Amino acid sequence: MPAATPMKPKNPDRRRFLTDTARGAAGCALAGMGLAWLARDARALPATAIRPPGALAEDDFLSACIRCGLCVRDCPYDTLKLAELGDDGAATGTPYFTARDIPCEMCDDIPCVAACPTGALDKELDLFDDADMGVAVLIDLENCLNALGLRCDVCYRVCPLIDEAITLEQSHNPRSGHHAIFMPTVHADKCTGCGKCEKSCVLPNASAIKVLPARIARAEAADHYRLGWEENQPIVDELIDLPDRLPGPGTDNLQAPGGYVEEFKPTFKLPKGGVGQ
Amino acid sequence: MSTRSNTPVGHEAVALKGWFSAHRYLLLRRLSQVFFLGLFLLGPWFGIWWVKGNLAGSLTFDTLPLTDPFVLLQSLAAGHLPELTAIVGAIIVAIAYALIGGRVYCSWVCPINPVTDAASWLHRRFDLPKGWQPKRQTRFFMLAMVFVVSAATGTIAWEVVNPVSMVYRGLIFGMGFAWAFVIGVFLFDLILARRGWCGHLCPVGAFYGLVGERSVLRVSATNRAACDNCMDCFAVCPENHVISPALKGKAGDTPLILSPDCTNCGRCIDVCAVDVFAFTHRFDDRVNNTVTRAVDAPTEPAV
Repeated sequence: MPAATPMKPKNPDRRRFLTDTARGAAGCALAGMGLAWLARDARALPATAIRPPGALAEDDFLSACIRCGLCVRDCPYDTLKLAELGDDGAATGTPYFTARDIPCEMCDDIPCVAACPTGALDKELDLFDDADMGVAVLIDLENCLNALGLRCDVCYRVCPLIDEAITLEQSHNPRSGHHAIFMPTVHADKCTGCGKCEKSCVLPNASAIKVLPARIARAEAADHYRLGWEENQPIVDELIDLPDRLPGPGTDNLQAPGGYVEEFKPTFKLPKGGVGQ
Repeated sequence: MSTRSNTPVGHEAVALKGWFSAHRYLLLRRLSQVFFLGLFLLGPWFGIWWVKGNLAGSLTFDTLPLTDPFVLLQSLAAGHLPELTAIVGAIIVAIAYALIGGRVYCSWVCPINPVTDAASWLHRRFDLPKGWQPKRQTRFFMLAMVFVVSAATGTIAWEVVNPVSMVYRGLIFGMGFAWAFVIGVFLFDLILARRGWCGHLCPVGAFYGLVGERSVLRVSATNRAACDNCMDCFAVCPENHVISPALKGKAGDTPLILSPDCTNCGRCIDVCAVDVFAFTHRFDDRVNNTVTRAVDAPTEPAV
């Protein structure tokens, strides 16, 4: 009677094994989904947490950083710290710094990068000026003293790449009508993101100029627009840079400054009696 | 067990060998755990930078790099090819544990071990129900899951939640809310599942168990003829399924505890009043068949 005995499994051990395996696998798959969610969530790096110099892009960084803290140990200025669970927002145990607290001092030998055993901090970075931890952004134009027309200049003066990463750009001060505004202006290609400007901003509490990760601070260039003033630059100087036609010595129009000859005599004559009348 | 003995585990051993002998390996392990943590804390606490870093990666005397091979393999799974320093460090660690027993990491170094030991001790004291007991193999599913999640998310996934590195890093670099993980594991082991974390779920332990699959250092039930079935070793062993094949093996079976689940913690040696167990190497499968029960164990508690 084959129909009467389906309740009894042929091989109870095998059945138990399969049940247990399925149960274990299902439980772990569930745990894995939770873990994957946490791991994805941990990528949301807050804008104020700046990674050390040479850090790989955030996605690559989280696959490379083993959170050993050797970069923190070799930082001579205690700039770097490891994110603590729940306190800081950066993925737990990963290194970062807060520019407003302790900025990066841009050591010549970049000891934090040298200390990294895994390459999460890229050893290709050998000149600190090439570091790209973030970009300073003058973010509060309403409270920045320079933007108000005063001469604070502190962010500009403390910049290790003064006149390169930050310049003061003059413009007319329309409020007073006869003063200038010296606007601190960051040049992203030079700025390393060290944060000394953010640290030294004289405003209370938050700084008017903040270092932000490039992914937040920067837009992509509009390559589909043609910048006429850049395209008109001569490609080969000698070919296009013709002598300017100016009055005065050295030009080919010595007789007529401004191109005007008083006694101008045309080489042809109009027919007498006017034309067509 | 329905008829549970009311005498505390290891009582006979204490009475016969003295308290210190009956806790020798326990004390040594606590010393070892404090020693390794102390090495890492010398720097931040006293400014003596012999060892920098933490269990995930460290640099000793500015020359010896050590890396957790489990973390590094997750990094590989996540798609990063680490620099040579980290790889060399991981190979050194893997070789060391392959020789002395992978799960020596669990019982002699891991900072969660005192936590789960404490939970287990309380569990025994209060005679709590053993609760949820997933299969021992569950940890290997967890291990596989960690690698899958690492590959899928491109992160070193287990480090997001790993209580082991969380606690060590917390003590050395700053705790944050990492203590919540300690309390979580403690309560899990105490209330939800006896020996649940280390014995069933932790993928770090599972990984190191695999590393030490053929380790040289082993515990052997050399003197198994003397066993008086007091069951103290089973009660105290965090992985007590490893004992039976060695202790209760037939003549001709090896007395060596060869299961990679054994953490080489040595507690069975401690609590055995008749000294059945001893540390030895995996090629030493001698069995002492002459029963040498020097002193009869007292049957009543002394107090």
